[in-house]
Amino acid sequence: MSKTTAPVQRRTKLSCREIWKLYGPNADRPAASRDEVESRAANGRCFAALSDVSLDIGEGEIFVVMGLSGSGKSTLLRCLAQLVEPTFGNVELDGRSLTRMGQAELREVRRHDMGMVFQHFGLLPHLTVAGNVALPLKIRGEKAESRDHAVATALELTGLAAMADRLPAQLSGGQQQRVGLARALAVGPGLLFLDEPFSALDPLIRRELQDELIRLQAGLHKTMVFVTHDFSEAVRVGDRVAIMKDGRLRQVGTPEDIVRQPADDYVRNFVAGVDLTRVIRCATAARPASRSDYAHAVSGQGRLSDAAETLMAAGGGPIAVQGEDGSLIGEIDLHAVLAAVSGKSLAGEPA
Amino acid sequence: MTRFRPRAIWLLLPAAVAALWIAQQFSWATRFPKAWELPVAKTVSKSAAVVTDNLSWLTRLFATAIEVPMTLVVALLSEGGALTLGGFALDLPPLSWSGLALAVVWTGWRTGGPGLALLQALGCAYLLFFGQWSAAMLTLASVVIAVPFALGAGVVLGIVAWRMPRLDRWLVTPVLDLMQTVPAFAYLVPTLVLFGFGPVSALIATVIFALPPMARVTTLALSRLPGAITDLAAMMGCTRGQALWRVLLPAAMPMLLVGLNQTVMMTLNMVIIASMIGAGGLGFDVLLALRQLDIGRGLEAGAAIVVLAIMLDRQGRVLASGWSRGQAMSRRRGLGLVLVLGALLGTTLLGQIHAPLRAFPESWQVTTGSTMDSLVAWLNVNFFDTIEAVRVFLLMNLMNPIRIALASAPWLGVMTIVAMLGWVLGGWRLAVLGLGVGGFCLVTGLWDETMTTIYLCLTAAILSVSLGVPLGIAGHRWPRFGKLLTLAVELLQTMPSFVYLIPVVMLLRVGDVSAMIAIVAFAVTPVIRYTMAAFEAVPPALTEAGTVMGCTSGQMLRHVQLPVALPTILLGINQCFLFSLAMVVITALVGTRDLGQKVYIALTKADVGSGLVAGLCLGLVGILVDRLFRAAAARIAPQEPNSHA
Ligand SMILES: Nc1ncnc2c1ncn2[C@@H]1O[C@H](COP(=O)(O)OP(=O)(O)OP(=O)(O)O)[C@@H](O)[C@H]1O
Ligand SMILES: [Mg+2]
Repeated sequence: MSKTTAPVQRRTKLSCREIWKLYGPNADRPAASRDEVESRAANGRCFAALSDVSLDIGEGEIFVVMGLSGSGKSTLLRCLAQLVEPTFGNVELDGRSLTRMGQAELREVRRHDMGMVFQHFGLLPHLTVAGNVALPLKIRGEKAESRDHAVATALELTGLAAMADRLPAQLSGGQQQRVGLARALAVGPGLLFLDEPFSALDPLIRRELQDELIRLQAGLHKTMVFVTHDFSEAVRVGDRVAIMKDGRLRQVGTPEDIVRQPADDYVRNFVAGVDLTRVIRCATAARPASRSDYAHAVSGQGRLSDAAETLMAAGGGPIAVQGEDGSLIGEIDLHAVLAAVSGKSLAGEPA
Repeated sequence: MTRFRPRAIWLLLPAAVAALWIAQQFSWATRFPKAWELPVAKTVSKSAAVVTDNLSWLTRLFATAIEVPMTLVVALLSEGGALTLGGFALDLPPLSWSGLALAVVWTGWRTGGPGLALLQALGCAYLLFFGQWSAAMLTLASVVIAVPFALGAGVVLGIVAWRMPRLDRWLVTPVLDLMQTVPAFAYLVPTLVLFGFGPVSALIATVIFALPPMARVTTLALSRLPGAITDLAAMMGCTRGQALWRVLLPAAMPMLLVGLNQTVMMTLNMVIIASMIGAGGLGFDVLLALRQLDIGRGLEAGAAIVVLAIMLDRQGRVLASGWSRGQAMSRRRGLGLVLVLGALLGTTLLGQIHAPLRAFPESWQVTTGSTMDSLVAWLNVNFFDTIEAVRVFLLMNLMNPIRIALASAPWLGVMTIVAMLGWVLGGWRLAVLGLGVGGFCLVTGLWDETMTTIYLCLTAAILSVSLGVPLGIAGHRWPRFGKLLTLAVELLQTMPSFVYLIPVVMLLRVGDVSAMIAIVAFAVTPVIRYTMAAFEAVPPALTEAGTVMGCTSGQMLRHVQLPVALPTILLGINQCFLFSLAMVVITALVGTRDLGQKVYIALTKADVGSGLVAGLCLGLVGILVDRLFRAAAARIAPQEPNSHA
């Protein structure tokens, strides 16, 4: 029997039900019923960029949307953010329907509870770093003192405090995207949308910003919808990953679920090149403990790659896997690691 | 779908000959029967009269609204004068030349460094020492007044067009197209009728003329904004107004500033032309000099226009590029600004007591007028034979054959050819457009004038291309020469079209050859520019491939560069044709017999009907030519090898 890694139970922050987005002639007209949208999508004149997508995204979760180019990732994100109106379906934020909300109400929600980070940064060239970060606050009419304070905090968080007076043109790509992040965080939103935020950066800077994001998230606990086409990025930053193809969801699950039990060949292809030791957590690979005290221990939440050094120190022999409270979950040794990575044996089987 | 159809082109040739020959056989098909013409011009005149009679309150309102700021600025910059506001008379002295010149040079220094300051200082010195200062300031005053109006209206129109793409597609764009191809002159006639002779109507014509590019640039700049910027505005929860003013327009600002610069230059151009309906200043001086064949004075005033144009253009460009580099926000200029304003006020007030501070002393001024006159006389005496030989050669070998061919071609044949060409290049829509334009020229009885116009433009275009393309290629091949060429082209382009007439008339006197040379001088610039740009845009990978294959430079040109560059060059030729059309009208001043002359005559008689109809003819021909060239360029544009998705 296989143990799926159940995600931490979270309150639902953002959810969507049966959203469809059609492009083509007359596609702007919203559909009244599910039958109508299905027949319009099937008649061949319209193109369905999203078909029947339903999702629940939990509070404080980084939810990654993955897929090849043209699979509808951006369309999904834009539908969730109401930048495009879905042809059919409902999007709810904190239990309130964004799709049925009036313009004014939606504006208020955006001013206080949403932020967005763009692939090509979307900074205004004539404003300084501080000016760019302050803009959303100005737009919502925030007073100068509290605004300055929020800007300073956001710049501090993203490590930009020294560059507040520079213009975007005087920054590197990585720094510009930090400004984008600071701007999105400045209004203190509960929900962040990030559409391929790091794709325009070179690999080293990308890694650096991924780490930065993970670090920030540890303190902030924002809900994030993160689009990427890079699977290793998805498993690095994501609490859960959704894989899309041709406007449909193929699989939704934790990174471990996806690498260990790909739903179909399409997903399997994505997973193929991934370094599993960086995805599978020690708790997943652990076997029941065979003794009561060990010389070495690792955290169950850590990845196998994190345990490598300790394992080496222990001569490959079994080491303890501990829960967050320090309790003993089980043990791993080299064999268990190899077994988990090769996908043959799973925790729970006898050694 | 959009494959080139070479066979259709080869069929076109015999078909054209056949059409011409057949049409020749019937007299009604050769010359358009008078009885078929419609009294379009008369009808227009009559309805215009009705409108004028009923709307005089509106025009008067308009005129007053413009007159107040106008008198203020004119008073300040050039003449001084009394400003009456609600029974309260204020006697304003003009700002002193010394203070103004200082302000200009200082602005140049702060924004563009010592180079620009030097340029501005030299410009001011020219205007002062050659006694052109007050005329230049009068011209500048018109520009200063017209630019905000044109800018405001252009931006608003551009925003509306951007907000409503349908309206843009079906109304705004076609109207702007027409406005940009209808030559500047044609604007003068209706404004003259509505607002009478004088600076106000000149100003209104100027604003209308300078408005389309700004509207265009605004729409374009807004729709070219990266998607992230519009998304950003939405995601920050902007209201429509906030999105526009706080996010979109500022983000579009670099491009808008380019439009602003263009608007300023067009305004200057039009202010010069509008001197015909009563705008004073440098344009009026040139016009007067042209009429009296006073070459020296004309040249000096013409040069002053060029100087003013260069000063405005350079300053404008520096400001535009400074904004996008964020310098607009520098706060260090406070003190300097106060000092300069103080100097301006101080010298103006002191000038009330001490005259040389107010007006540049006459005794310091110089004129080269008489020297110029004698130089021209000398040129004419010593080189008369050479010049005359060139003139006659051009006339006999190039111009007359084309003129005669076009003038004697039967209208039905020409129409058939235009329709066939339109059909081959752009399908039935273009064919219908061609027939429509031709039909309009026929029924309004302007066929002959249209043909004369086309003859002038065609010869000018042929000369421009045979001059401009090689120059452009040379400029590309020898970068140093290319730099010089670019500089020359930029200079030529800042000069208002009017100025081109002066040297030509001086040497060749009035007539078709003068007109044509002036047109070529004006219209050769886009050919050079586009050719250079086209060659620059040839991907290096292609030329490298050619080198590896062992091409000689001639083979490279023929097999690699020219084919790739051709569509862009074609667009340059298109621009050249449109420039020619715009210039043709102005050459009416030197006695051509084309549509421009019709407009000019209508202007002197204040005949709205014929003026508008002739102007429309020019505009429509321009649009047709433009569409034909664009269709041709699109057909021969090489298909991207990897675009078969
Ligand atoms: N405005 C539009 N009009 C018509 N089709 C569109 C539009 N926007 C997106 N599409 C289509 O919808 C599909 C999904 O597009 P989307 O931008 O969501 O893809 P994506 O997964 O984000 O791809 P990428 O990785 O390239 O950004 C594509 O096939 C695209 O062509
Ligand atoms: Mg995308």
